[in-house]
Amino acid sequence: MPILSRWFIKAGMLYFVFAMLLAVAANARGVWCFWHVLDFVQPVFYHALMVGWITQIIFGVSIWMFPRHTREQPRGSQRLGWATFYLLNIGLLMRIIAEPASVAAPSAIWNIALIFSAVLQWLAAIFYVFNIWKRVKGK
Amino acid sequence: MSRFFIKSSLLYLLAGFTVGALLLMQKGWAFAPQIWLLLPFHIEIVIFGWILQLVMGTAFWMLPRFGETRGNEKTVWLAFLLINGGILLNLSAFFFHAALPALAGRVLEIGAVISFVVHAWPRVKPFAE
Repeated sequence: MPILSRWFIKAGMLYFVFAMLLAVAANARGVWCFWHVLDFVQPVFYHALMVGWITQIIFGVSIWMFPRHTREQPRGSQRLGWATFYLLNIGLLMRIIAEPASVAAPSAIWNIALIFSAVLQWLAAIFYVFNIWKRVKGK
Repeated sequence: MSRFFIKSSLLYLLAGFTVGALLLMQKGWAFAPQIWLLLPFHIEIVIFGWILQLVMGTAFWMLPRFGETRGNEKTVWLAFLLINGGILLNLSAFFFHAALPALAGRVLEIGAVISFVVHAWPRVKPFAE
Protein backbone atom coordinates (compact mmCIF):
# COMPACT_ATOMS: atom_id res chain seq x y z
CA MET A 1 0.00 0.00 0.00
CA PRO A 2 1.49 3.42 -0.91
CA ILE A 3 2.54 5.67 1.95
CA LEU A 4 -0.01 8.36 1.07
CA SER A 5 -2.85 5.81 1.29
CA ARG A 6 -1.55 4.63 4.65
CA TRP A 7 -1.60 8.18 5.98
CA PHE A 8 -5.15 8.74 4.73
CA ILE A 9 -6.41 5.47 6.16
CA LYS A 10 -4.65 5.79 9.52
CA ALA A 11 -5.82 9.40 9.86
CA GLY A 12 -9.31 8.16 8.96
CA MET A 13 -9.20 5.57 11.73
CA LEU A 14 -8.08 8.18 14.26
CA TYR A 15 -11.04 10.39 13.28
CA PHE A 16 -13.33 7.38 13.65
CA VAL A 17 -12.14 6.80 17.22
CA PHE A 18 -12.27 10.53 17.94
CA ALA A 19 -15.82 10.87 16.59
CA MET A 20 -17.08 8.00 18.71
CA LEU A 21 -15.31 9.33 21.83
CA LEU A 22 -16.88 12.71 21.14
CA ALA A 23 -20.31 11.09 20.89
CA VAL A 24 -19.76 9.35 24.23
CA ALA A 25 -18.57 12.59 25.84
CA ALA A 26 -21.51 14.57 24.44
CA ASN A 27 -23.94 11.99 25.81
CA ALA A 28 -22.11 11.91 29.15
CA ARG A 29 -22.55 15.68 29.29
CA GLY A 30 -26.31 14.98 29.27
CA VAL A 31 -25.89 12.90 32.44
CA TRP A 32 -23.19 14.83 34.32
CA CYS A 33 -22.78 18.57 33.91
CA PHE A 34 -19.24 19.21 32.77
CA TRP A 35 -17.45 21.08 29.98
CA HIS A 36 -20.37 22.96 28.44
CA VAL A 37 -18.63 23.25 25.05
CA LEU A 38 -19.81 19.66 24.48
CA ASP A 39 -23.29 21.09 23.91
CA PHE A 40 -22.08 22.44 20.57
CA VAL A 41 -20.18 19.50 19.09
CA GLN A 42 -22.88 17.77 17.03
CA PRO A 43 -21.75 19.24 13.65
CA VAL A 44 -18.16 18.36 14.56
CA PHE A 45 -19.21 14.79 15.34
CA TYR A 46 -20.95 14.36 11.97
CA HIS A 47 -18.06 15.86 10.03
CA ALA A 48 -15.39 13.89 11.91
CA LEU A 49 -17.34 10.81 10.87
CA MET A 50 -18.26 11.72 7.29
CA VAL A 51 -15.18 13.73 6.26
CA GLY A 52 -12.53 12.54 8.72
CA TRP A 53 -13.41 8.85 8.57
CA ILE A 54 -15.48 7.88 5.52
CA THR A 55 -14.21 10.42 2.97
CA GLN A 56 -10.60 9.94 4.03
CA ILE A 57 -10.86 6.16 3.83
CA ILE A 58 -12.31 6.52 0.32
CA PHE A 59 -9.50 8.89 -0.68
CA GLY A 60 -6.84 6.52 0.67
CA VAL A 61 -8.24 3.34 -0.85
CA SER A 62 -8.96 4.94 -4.23
CA ILE A 63 -5.42 6.36 -4.46
CA TRP A 64 -4.16 2.85 -3.72
CA MET A 65 -6.48 0.76 -5.92
CA PHE A 66 -7.73 2.76 -8.89
CA PRO A 67 -6.14 2.00 -12.28
CA ARG A 68 -2.70 3.51 -12.84
CA HIS A 69 -2.46 6.93 -14.44
CA THR A 70 0.81 6.31 -16.32
CA ARG A 71 3.82 4.06 -15.81
CA GLU A 72 5.86 7.08 -14.61
CA GLN A 73 3.13 8.49 -12.39
CA PRO A 74 0.99 5.48 -11.48
CA ARG A 75 -0.94 7.36 -8.81
CA GLY A 76 -1.09 10.74 -10.47
CA SER A 77 0.67 13.72 -8.94
CA GLN A 78 2.20 12.90 -5.53
CA ARG A 79 2.34 16.61 -4.72
CA LEU A 80 -1.37 17.03 -5.30
CA GLY A 81 -2.02 13.88 -3.27
CA TRP A 82 -0.09 15.17 -0.28
CA ALA A 83 -1.59 18.64 -0.68
CA THR A 84 -5.03 17.00 -0.51
CA PHE A 85 -4.04 15.17 2.69
CA TYR A 86 -2.68 18.24 4.45
CA LEU A 87 -5.43 20.61 3.32
CA LEU A 88 -8.19 18.22 4.34
CA ASN A 89 -6.71 17.42 7.74
CA ILE A 90 -5.61 20.93 8.66
CA GLY A 91 -9.00 22.25 7.53
CA LEU A 92 -10.91 19.63 9.48
CA LEU A 93 -8.83 20.08 12.64
CA MET A 94 -9.41 23.84 12.45
CA ARG A 95 -13.11 23.17 12.23
CA ILE A 96 -13.06 20.73 15.15
CA ILE A 97 -11.51 23.39 17.37
CA ALA A 98 -13.10 26.55 16.01
CA GLU A 99 -16.72 25.51 15.49
CA PRO A 100 -17.64 24.66 19.09
CA ALA A 101 -15.35 27.43 20.36
CA SER A 102 -17.09 30.03 18.19
CA VAL A 103 -20.40 29.22 19.91
CA ALA A 104 -19.08 28.70 23.44
CA ALA A 105 -16.79 31.75 23.44
CA PRO A 106 -17.41 33.93 20.35
CA SER A 107 -14.34 35.67 19.02
CA ALA A 108 -13.08 36.96 15.67
CA ILE A 109 -10.23 34.45 15.71
CA TRP A 110 -12.67 31.52 15.62
CA ASN A 111 -14.61 33.13 12.79
CA ILE A 112 -11.46 33.55 10.75
CA ALA A 113 -10.44 29.95 11.52
CA LEU A 114 -13.85 28.72 10.26
CA ILE A 115 -13.45 30.60 6.98
CA PHE A 116 -9.95 29.19 6.50
CA SER A 117 -11.17 25.72 7.41
CA ALA A 118 -13.88 25.93 4.75
CA VAL A 119 -11.45 27.07 2.07
CA LEU A 120 -8.83 24.44 2.93
CA GLN A 121 -11.30 21.54 2.82
CA TRP A 122 -12.83 22.82 -0.40
CA LEU A 123 -9.37 23.00 -2.00
CA ALA A 124 -8.66 19.46 -0.80
CA ALA A 125 -11.78 18.21 -2.62
CA ILE A 126 -10.80 20.02 -5.82
CA PHE A 127 -7.23 18.67 -5.71
CA TYR A 128 -8.45 15.13 -5.04
CA VAL A 129 -10.98 15.14 -7.89
CA PHE A 130 -8.48 16.71 -10.28
CA ASN A 131 -5.89 14.04 -9.43
CA ILE A 132 -8.15 10.97 -9.36
CA TRP A 133 -10.40 11.84 -12.34
CA LYS A 134 -7.93 10.61 -14.95
CA ARG A 135 -7.56 7.32 -13.07
CA VAL A 136 -11.26 6.50 -13.42
CA LYS A 137 -10.78 4.55 -16.63
CA GLY A 138 -10.63 1.02 -18.04
CA LYS A 139 -7.45 -0.88 -17.20
CA MET B 1 -20.63 1.36 -15.70
CA SER B 2 -18.35 1.77 -12.67
CA ARG B 3 -16.82 4.79 -14.35
CA PHE B 4 -20.22 6.44 -14.73
CA PHE B 5 -21.01 5.87 -11.06
CA ILE B 6 -17.59 7.00 -9.83
CA LYS B 7 -17.26 10.08 -12.05
CA SER B 8 -20.79 11.10 -11.16
CA SER B 9 -19.94 10.64 -7.45
CA LEU B 10 -16.83 12.81 -7.87
CA LEU B 11 -18.96 15.60 -9.33
CA TYR B 12 -21.30 15.32 -6.35
CA LEU B 13 -18.25 15.41 -4.04
CA LEU B 14 -17.27 18.75 -5.57
CA ALA B 15 -20.81 20.09 -5.31
CA GLY B 16 -21.20 18.81 -1.74
CA PHE B 17 -17.90 20.28 -0.54
CA THR B 18 -18.67 23.59 -2.28
CA VAL B 19 -22.03 23.93 -0.55
CA GLY B 20 -20.49 22.67 2.71
CA ALA B 21 -17.70 25.25 2.49
CA LEU B 22 -20.24 28.04 1.94
CA LEU B 23 -22.23 26.86 4.97
CA LEU B 24 -19.12 26.70 7.16
CA MET B 25 -17.94 30.12 5.99
CA GLN B 26 -21.36 31.43 6.88
CA LYS B 27 -20.69 30.41 10.48
CA GLY B 28 -17.58 32.60 10.52
CA TRP B 29 -18.88 35.48 8.42
CA ALA B 30 -22.63 35.99 8.03
CA PHE B 31 -22.60 37.09 4.41
CA ALA B 32 -25.87 35.43 3.32
CA PRO B 33 -28.00 33.84 6.07
CA GLN B 34 -30.42 32.41 3.50
CA ILE B 35 -27.63 30.03 2.51
CA TRP B 36 -28.80 27.81 5.38
CA LEU B 37 -31.64 26.74 3.10
CA LEU B 38 -28.98 24.69 1.32
CA LEU B 39 -28.30 22.45 4.33
CA PRO B 40 -30.63 19.59 3.21
CA PHE B 41 -29.18 20.02 -0.30
CA HIS B 42 -25.68 19.51 1.16
CA ILE B 43 -26.71 16.39 3.09
CA GLU B 44 -28.50 14.82 0.10
CA ILE B 45 -25.60 15.45 -2.27
CA VAL B 46 -22.94 14.12 0.08
CA ILE B 47 -24.73 11.00 1.30
CA PHE B 48 -26.55 9.83 -1.84
CA GLY B 49 -24.54 11.54 -4.58
CA TRP B 50 -21.02 11.10 -3.25
CA ILE B 51 -20.80 8.19 -0.83
CA LEU B 52 -23.61 5.90 -1.98
CA GLN B 53 -22.79 6.19 -5.66
CA LEU B 54 -19.09 5.68 -5.09
CA VAL B 55 -19.78 2.52 -3.10
CA MET B 56 -22.15 1.20 -5.80
CA GLY B 57 -19.66 1.91 -8.58
CA THR B 58 -16.77 0.31 -6.71
CA ALA B 59 -18.84 -2.73 -5.76
CA PHE B 60 -19.89 -3.22 -9.40
CA TRP B 61 -16.21 -3.09 -10.37
CA MET B 62 -14.74 -5.29 -7.65
CA LEU B 63 -17.28 -7.95 -6.66
CA PRO B 64 -16.52 -11.46 -8.01
CA ARG B 65 -17.59 -12.00 -11.63
CA PHE B 66 -19.23 -14.90 -13.42
CA GLY B 67 -16.30 -15.85 -15.63
CA GLU B 68 -15.86 -12.89 -17.96
CA THR B 69 -19.17 -11.18 -17.22
CA ARG B 70 -20.57 -9.26 -14.31
CA GLY B 71 -24.07 -10.63 -14.71
CA ASN B 72 -27.07 -8.61 -15.79
CA GLU B 73 -25.80 -5.05 -16.22
CA LYS B 74 -29.21 -3.65 -17.15
CA THR B 75 -30.26 -3.58 -13.50
CA VAL B 76 -27.15 -1.54 -12.66
CA TRP B 77 -27.83 0.95 -15.45
CA LEU B 78 -31.35 1.21 -14.07
CA ALA B 79 -29.90 1.80 -10.59
CA PHE B 80 -27.66 4.55 -11.97
CA LEU B 81 -30.54 6.32 -13.69
CA LEU B 82 -32.87 5.93 -10.72
CA ILE B 83 -30.42 7.17 -8.10
CA ASN B 84 -29.50 10.24 -10.11
CA GLY B 85 -33.11 10.93 -11.01
CA GLY B 86 -34.00 10.55 -7.34
CA ILE B 87 -31.29 12.93 -6.18
CA LEU B 88 -32.26 15.57 -8.74
CA LEU B 89 -35.94 15.28 -7.79
CA ASN B 90 -35.06 15.65 -4.11
CA LEU B 91 -32.90 18.69 -4.81
CA SER B 92 -35.74 20.31 -6.76
CA ALA B 93 -38.08 19.50 -3.86
CA PHE B 94 -35.79 21.35 -1.44
CA PHE B 95 -35.83 24.41 -3.68
CA PHE B 96 -39.57 24.47 -4.25
CA HIS B 97 -40.61 23.09 -0.84
CA ALA B 98 -42.71 20.52 -2.65
CA ALA B 99 -43.74 17.28 -0.96
CA LEU B 100 -44.57 15.29 -4.08
CA PRO B 101 -41.16 15.54 -5.81
CA ALA B 102 -39.53 14.70 -2.47
CA LEU B 103 -41.62 11.55 -2.18
CA ALA B 104 -40.99 10.65 -5.83
CA GLY B 105 -37.26 11.23 -5.30
CA ARG B 106 -37.14 8.84 -2.37
CA VAL B 107 -39.15 6.26 -4.33
CA LEU B 108 -36.65 6.46 -7.18
CA GLU B 109 -33.78 6.14 -4.71
CA ILE B 110 -35.20 3.02 -3.11
CA GLY B 111 -35.82 1.68 -6.61
CA ALA B 112 -32.12 2.24 -7.30
CA VAL B 113 -31.12 0.41 -4.15
CA ILE B 114 -33.37 -2.58 -4.92
CA SER B 115 -32.19 -2.68 -8.51
CA PHE B 116 -28.57 -2.62 -7.37
CA VAL B 117 -29.09 -5.31 -4.74
CA VAL B 118 -30.78 -7.55 -7.35
CA HIS B 119 -27.62 -7.25 -9.43
CA ALA B 120 -25.04 -7.53 -6.66
CA TRP B 121 -26.61 -10.26 -4.51
CA PRO B 122 -25.47 -13.27 -6.61
CA ARG B 123 -22.00 -11.75 -7.01
CA VAL B 124 -21.37 -11.95 -3.26
CA LYS B 125 -19.70 -15.37 -3.56
CA PRO B 126 -16.24 -16.94 -3.58
CA PHE B 127 -14.09 -15.79 -6.51
CA ALA B 128 -13.60 -19.32 -7.86
CA GLU B 129 -17.29 -20.12 -8.46
